Amino acid sequence: MRRTNSAPSRPRIATIWLGGCSGCHMSFVDLDEWLFELRRHADIVYGPLVDRKDFPEDVDAVLVEGSVTNTDNLELAHQLRARSKVVISFGDCAVTGNVTALRNLVGEPGEMVYRVYAEHPDRDGQMPSEVIPDLLPQALPLHHVVPVDLFLPGCPPPAPRIRDALTSLLGIDDTPHGIRFG
Amino acid sequence: MARPKRPNVPVVIDGHEVMAYPDDTVLSVAKRNGIRIPHLCALDGVSVYGGCRLCVVDVAERHKLMPACGTAVAEDMEVHTQSRTLQEHRKLILEMILAEGNHVCAVCVSNGACELQDLAVELGVDHVRPDYQFPRRTVDASHPKYTFDPNRCVLCTRCVRTCSEVEGAHVWDVAGRANGSYLIADLGQPWGEAPSCTWCGKCVAVCPTGALAWKGKAVGEMRHDPNLVAFLTSARDEGEWLDRETM
Amino acid sequence: MAKVIDLDDVAVQEAEARSRYRWRVKVCSSTACDASGAGPARRAVEHSVEEQGLEHDVQVVPTGCMGLCSAGPLVRAEPRGGQATMFQQVDPQVGADIVERHVVGREDLSQHQLDENLPFFTRQERVVLSNAGRIDPERIEDYVAEDGYRALVTALRMRPRGLIETIEASGLRGRGGAGYPTAKKWAMLHDAESDQKYVVANGDEGDPGAFMDRAVMEDDPHRVLEGVALAAYATGASKAFLYVRAEYPRAIKRLEQAIRTAKRQRLLGKNILESDFSLDVEIRTGAGAFVCGEETALLASIEGQRGQPRMRPPYPTERGLYGKPTMINNVETLANLPDIIRRGPEWFRGMGTRVSPGTKVFALAGSLQHSGLIEVPMGLTLGEIIEEIGGGCPNGRTFKAAQTGGPSGGCVPASFRDLPVDFESLRQAGSIMGSGGLIAMDDSVSMPEVARFYMDFSQDESCGKCAPCRVGTLEMHRLLERICAGAGTERDLALLEQLTRTVRETSLCGLGQSAPNPVASTLEHFRDEYTALLRNEPVGVAHG
Ligand SMILES: Cc1cc2nc3c(=O)[nH]c(=O)nc-3n(C[C@H](O)[C@H](O)[C@H](O)COP(=O)(O)O)c2cc1C
Ligand code: SF4
Ligand code: SF4
Ligand code: SF4
Repeated sequence: MRRTNSAPSRPRIATIWLGGCSGCHMSFVDLDEWLFELRRHADIVYGPLVDRKDFPEDVDAVLVEGSVTNTDNLELAHQLRARSKVVISFGDCAVTGNVTALRNLVGEPGEMVYRVYAEHPDRDGQMPSEVIPDLLPQALPLHHVVPVDLFLPGCPPPAPRIRDALTSLLGIDDTPHGIRFG
Repeated sequence: MARPKRPNVPVVIDGHEVMAYPDDTVLSVAKRNGIRIPHLCALDGVSVYGGCRLCVVDVAERHKLMPACGTAVAEDMEVHTQSRTLQEHRKLILEMILAEGNHVCAVCVSNGACELQDLAVELGVDHVRPDYQFPRRTVDASHPKYTFDPNRCVLCTRCVRTCSEVEGAHVWDVAGRANGSYLIADLGQPWGEAPSCTWCGKCVAVCPTGALAWKGKAVGEMRHDPNLVAFLTSARDEGEWLDRETM
Repeated sequence: MAKVIDLDDVAVQEAEARSRYRWRVKVCSSTACDASGAGPARRAVEHSVEEQGLEHDVQVVPTGCMGLCSAGPLVRAEPRGGQATMFQQVDPQVGADIVERHVVGREDLSQHQLDENLPFFTRQERVVLSNAGRIDPERIEDYVAEDGYRALVTALRMRPRGLIETIEASGLRGRGGAGYPTAKKWAMLHDAESDQKYVVANGDEGDPGAFMDRAVMEDDPHRVLEGVALAAYATGASKAFLYVRAEYPRAIKRLEQAIRTAKRQRLLGKNILESDFSLDVEIRTGAGAFVCGEETALLASIEGQRGQPRMRPPYPTERGLYGKPTMINNVETLANLPDIIRRGPEWFRGMGTRVSPGTKVFALAGSLQHSGLIEVPMGLTLGEIIEEIGGGCPNGRTFKAAQTGGPSGGCVPASFRDLPVDFESLRQAGSIMGSGGLIAMDDSVSMPEVARFYMDFSQDESCGKCAPCRVGTLEMHRLLERICAGAGTERDLALLEQLTRTVRETSLCGLGQSAPNPVASTLEHFRDEYTALLRNEPVGVAHG
């Protein structure tokens, strides 16, 4: 990766989980011992695997799992875009909307929530009592909300494919593995 | 018109001289010679449709791009199939096709064995630029043997042509227009109630996506057999019913 | 078998009949004037003629379109051997006044009198519309009195080849949009070997705001029939279809009636004018899909199939209707034929430009003092049409751009006022002639909004057969909506441009291939308006 600031600091990698099922992160964890290799080349500065609340400044690359489906996601999307050099749509939900965007076919968020909760046979007509974040009218792929630099489709992207993206990004020698939706 | 024994029409495709039969199209002669031109609606054994536009090629001295599937060969025709512009067009067309429906590969019976998915890889579509349309379409599971999921239908009309031209039942057709076009069985009734369907399954075999599938198939389990039609139509003439391995 | 019409006889009788009246009061009864109240106006005129006991002195003639639709209903009072006067905005009161005060009292009705020396009238050259607004379209005698069906008589004495040569010499080009040389198409059908050939008159006219062909069909139906007969004779066709959109019930009625009359007079049907030439003519109505004006979709529609285009080649002249060689000509193209045959190709070439001879009918609309239906020689400049004929923009507004060719055309900026309006020049300016819609826009108009309007039309009218058109027009419309709402981004604009190229170059038929034109031409000439919208700045000056 080309670093624009002259300091010879280590690349700062983040991962983030928006409207997704965490499957892409599971696949990331599936990198197994290669994660140690990654650690040798870069710092992982943010993500579900890191104990940190706010998205940091000066991130070199961020893997974004999930679609942009609620107001929290939207805010985070803008934030991570502003603070990261390379934004990677990580997995089909981020790239296409995928399963999370199936809710768009049900209708307006209100209608959708009603159908999912109130009409669900196991829920006895109950609506959720906990606060759910404000849903956007539609769940959208990340690049329809902010500019995205790289796309890593797959549901989830298999670990070797993630490895490819990271190795080429970090300039690590490795053999490539192809892409595919689904 | 009977074909001559050997192809006798010289055609130049991407700089390679190949010999075509007089009744060849650019696509058919390219295919026979191992030159890949991406296509989706074209299907050997049924009539040409020319709807997907993925097979557009540059033919020297024609001022418009021509669909390879519907362009008859001519002597010394010079064809270019892979210019940058063509690749850009194909890529964007495929993105449009993906944006139009609800192609959720992760939960599709055809995941991993889908012509649309393969084309995306071939054409380098790793994301879709146009807005997704997220149309609301209802699955038709009324047929005892098959399902029709219009969310995954790309309106290639392979099923329409196959059912009409090969099976002779003409169950399927396209209704509506513009982006409101959709497939109907018979006069728009549920497929299971369409009296003209013979249950032959040919439409399911040729569907390039997960739109038509066998009932009971789970994610990634569906295998289509698009070559079935070419086999059936030529086998009748050539008497090779028994040679088929995968009946 | 019915007696053959004696054209000379009819013409003489008609002239005599006319000369018995001291006045002929013509009331425009076209669709446009009817909509603004020509019906009651005509009844008022007729009523007051009766009241005054003038039935033998004043003949009331319902006619077709007189042109200046924006001032309708129009009435023209013609004294025998004297100077005619035209009246505008004729309501029933004015209608009665025309008879009682103008015809009887020889008074001026100044505020309703319309100056026929307006450039709107004087700069026109009427061929196709020469009878429109002057004759009663429901009477074959009226057409015959204007030399109607004489060309057919002449043609039947010629060899078909000779007829084609005459049209070739005239340089006539198709008025249906593309300007294809008519004689070339005729020759192809003529040379096609088949037991059955067809000629089709294309009167689908699906462009929003266009009503050129409607006017010809409604106001001079026999001219269309004569044109069809000439085309059929030249090409060897024995069956013709008139394809008219169902939204034109009056045109359909008039044509049906004209066919019946012409058959009765042996001008159509078996052994026309006692020659060996027979022609059966049938009307087919289209259910108002824009795409059904495209020739292959039109043929599918006549066959009772879904109105969808198919790939060409094979061209219809090779494989057309029911698989037989077929030629499709636009109604206005056909309506030019009788005059070309009668007056000769040199006469025709005397109008218009070298490569685009003749005249063109336009539906002139938009921000103009005078709008309506005009017929002008090809090659008149945009400025002459907009500023002289149309009288420029009203209310002190400035002319900004002209839209030609409807959803398949584009916008030409005011700086092109010297552009000759013909097939090639318009194409070079990024637009097309199309079938003849011409809309003037003033400085209050936002050009991206214009593009959005036409894209909305195209995304709805796409037949849905091919992916780039079906989806691309929809996506382009979405992007334009976003950009016009001030919510667009640079990426949106870039994608819009890429879609413009892909939809144009890869779509199957002319609809998709030309649907991006309004976007492409406004991007070419008014890009700053798009970029202003990206910055969320307003575009176009608000009215008032
Ligand atoms: C989408 C589309 C709509 C068309 N609509 C018409 C129409 O309404 N009337 C017409 O004469 N030609 C129309 N055309 C052009 C016809 O396909 C055809 O070229 C024309 O009728 C030929 O007549 P011409 O040679 O006399 O111009 C249309 C073409 C396209 C692609
Ligand atoms: S199963 Fe056979 S008959 Fe039925 S719709 Fe499919 S192809 Fe037609
Ligand atoms: S159901 Fe399948 S074969 Fe039929 S049109 Fe749709 S995608 Fe094509
Ligand atoms: S370009 Fe549009 S109208 Fe023409 S065939 Fe394709 S979808 Fe139909």
